[in-house]
Amino acid sequence: MQFHNQVLDNGLEIIAEVNKEAFSQSLGYFVKTGSRDESPEMAGVSHFLEHMMFKGTPNRSAVDVNRELDDLGSQSNAYTSEEQTVYYMSVLPENQSAALALLTDMMRPALRDEDFQTERQVILEEIAMYDDQPPYGAMERAMEVYFRDHPLARRVLGTRETVAALDPESMRAYHEARYAPNNLTLVATGAVDFDALVQSVEKMTKHWKPSSSARSLRSPAIESENVAMVHPPATQQYTLQYSPGPGYCDEQRYVTRILASILGDDSGSRLFWELVDTGLAESAAVFTQEFEECGLICTFLACAPEQQEENWEAIRNTLASGKQNPITEREMELAKNKICAGMILGSERPSNRLFSVGNSWTFRRKYETIQAATKHYQAVKIEDVQEEFEKLSDRKQVTVSVGPEA
Amino acid sequence: MQQKVFEHRLPNGMVVLGEPMPWLESVAFSILLPAGTHHEPSNRLGLAGMTLEMCQRGSGPWSSRDVVEQLDFLGVERSSSVTTFHTSLSMAAMASVLEPTLEIAATIIREPHFPEDELEEARQSALLELASIEDDPAQKCFKELKRLRFGEVYGRSSLGSQEGLEETTLDDCKKFHASHYHPDGAIISLAGNFQWDSFLKLVERLFGDWTGKPKQAHAKVVSIPGSSHLKHDSQQTHIAIAYDAVSYNHPEYYQSRGLVGILSDGMSSRLFSEVREKRGLVYSVSASSHSLDDCGSVLCYAGTTAPRAQETLDVTVQTILELEKGIEPDELKRLKSRVRTSLVMEQESSSSRSSQMAYDWAYLGRVPTRKELLSTIDALTCESLIEHYSKFRPKSWSLVTIGPEPLEFANAVS
Repeated sequence: MQFHNQVLDNGLEIIAEVNKEAFSQSLGYFVKTGSRDESPEMAGVSHFLEHMMFKGTPNRSAVDVNRELDDLGSQSNAYTSEEQTVYYMSVLPENQSAALALLTDMMRPALRDEDFQTERQVILEEIAMYDDQPPYGAMERAMEVYFRDHPLARRVLGTRETVAALDPESMRAYHEARYAPNNLTLVATGAVDFDALVQSVEKMTKHWKPSSSARSLRSPAIESENVAMVHPPATQQYTLQYSPGPGYCDEQRYVTRILASILGDDSGSRLFWELVDTGLAESAAVFTQEFEECGLICTFLACAPEQQEENWEAIRNTLASGKQNPITEREMELAKNKICAGMILGSERPSNRLFSVGNSWTFRRKYETIQAATKHYQAVKIEDVQEEFEKLSDRKQVTVSVGPEA
Repeated sequence: MQQKVFEHRLPNGMVVLGEPMPWLESVAFSILLPAGTHHEPSNRLGLAGMTLEMCQRGSGPWSSRDVVEQLDFLGVERSSSVTTFHTSLSMAAMASVLEPTLEIAATIIREPHFPEDELEEARQSALLELASIEDDPAQKCFKELKRLRFGEVYGRSSLGSQEGLEETTLDDCKKFHASHYHPDGAIISLAGNFQWDSFLKLVERLFGDWTGKPKQAHAKVVSIPGSSHLKHDSQQTHIAIAYDAVSYNHPEYYQSRGLVGILSDGMSSRLFSEVREKRGLVYSVSASSHSLDDCGSVLCYAGTTAPRAQETLDVTVQTILELEKGIEPDELKRLKSRVRTSLVMEQESSSSRSSQMAYDWAYLGRVPTRKELLSTIDALTCESLIEHYSKFRPKSWSLVTIGPEPLEFANAVS
């Protein structure tokens, strides 16, 4: 494995983890823009734009883009989150230059009016699809209540109203501001020819102009709150709780992730043995979500509506039992092994590695081999996890529950 | 594409398959047992799943908790499932822990404790899982499609029925285990970083003295055309369609798979272009090949908001029927390119390779190599696909919709 990085004159950064032995390579443009970078009235524009990026460029029609992606035999896709938009493809090494040319051209889309109108329908279908699925908007609601006037409160997909009100002109302006070369990172993993990569990207992006696309960061002001939502077709009750946790630049996150695994992993955790293995709940989990300047510790319960109260009480007791039931050495060992083995097994495919390498660099400006990354977990001390555990229930909490009845 | 697939049959009938992938650090195995939902008594639907669950609640020297802890300690990723014909157990781990991992898997299969005090917990979990599908209309749609199309025995869901799960006793689980967890008809396939000789010795040690009844034959699976609508108070209508096609073990399977590829593989495929890209009718639309023994089907799915559901169904069916008009050479070229790439990338994952080998053996009684597959795909022509289409026209249609309103379906009787 060899790591390379280079910044072009226009600010575009290129990084690669090269493994000459790999069968394939993965390429991705990581754009530092997401729902938190939108104005309230343009909520959903990052995600809508992500769809529009596949709709052609001045040099290619929408049909051309789709055909070329398939011609290259690529496995390609894109996603949008609160903080980033990522376009990626996996191809055979012999297709590096063609894949790169296509993906790079896609970063300068045509954004044609007609395509915009058709694609809006697809986005509205996507919103309807998620609205019909558990937990029926509870996650979005919890984000809104937790983050209030903080930009992270906004829905990644936007709402039916904001998506209906978006127009191609304002999307073009958003694209120009947020897709400037200095806000993009090209990430490559696997059997990559790095020099050739740099050379062609430099040529293709020479005319791209940098911009000042800053992101405003501030700590969220949180107030504890409980929200009950009713979704009549639901048959189960879903409860979600958010409380403050470390962000992705905070070293404490290794401690919190181990604690979350011990308390609420989907197998072998304390909540698993208490509620899932016993058949009391379909799911009872603790997990973390990390953002740039802050993070969340999330607790999730899915069960029959009539058992919600009792199960939730059991979860609260378990999460508040730090003093009575301290973390054991055995729990530490199991959680570390599970997390580290999962990371190593997942890293065998260059397509998975793309996201670890890309996120680590764009979030923390750090490259780590998979071995180095697992060491952070191995180094976590039981005292630190115990301390985090004891403080867990003192935090402010936003709880949203949704089910068939109020 | 250097590839070596080892095959061996133990005297008790168990088939052992192995494909070394020395460039990986991992190993992954799949174990298929000849114990499926079609073996369940009709008043014990869900028994195969309950038995599998109970097998994982303590076995050999380990208690229920030990099994989970031991696998977590070894860093093993695992999954288990039940299908119409098989129960499967899959695990992936670092190559260095293959032996202790397989030892645990062997006890789960051969020496379960069936602890009496855990039956209720297993039952409650199974009932919850069955209930949760009510909140997942897309999955429910396919469950109903399977029931409608393949009938009472072969159309069963692994989730079972409420009555079946409620009636199941510990004795039922023990009997099901004794009657169907057998070496004859069982397959173990391993892929990743390992030595075949020592793996075979390990399998012989763990499974060599396993005995049981010979594999039983079962009645032919046939598709039953028809349609049904389930009313659901949702924004979207979920549409599941099926029609006859040749099965995985048919000599012309890859012609049929090629046609499904033209419909659904990639962003330039016909369903994606016609239903989503041109008309914006859906977020998701797809088709896939499905086989139950000798009975092959193409399954399609589309989800769309209710007022546009009829148009979505009509365009989807029309797109399928228009295959008859011909295949463009470029379409076929793209398809071949995608297949070639995915065959190369299969070498990056021990898990996907091990499950593919087990599936191949279960259906074909052999494991085709990548080279063979590639030459079969390379031999496809636009003409051969169309010829296949004319020989095996879509027929015996099934349609299931879930949503506010039923839809009109002209093909329902053909």
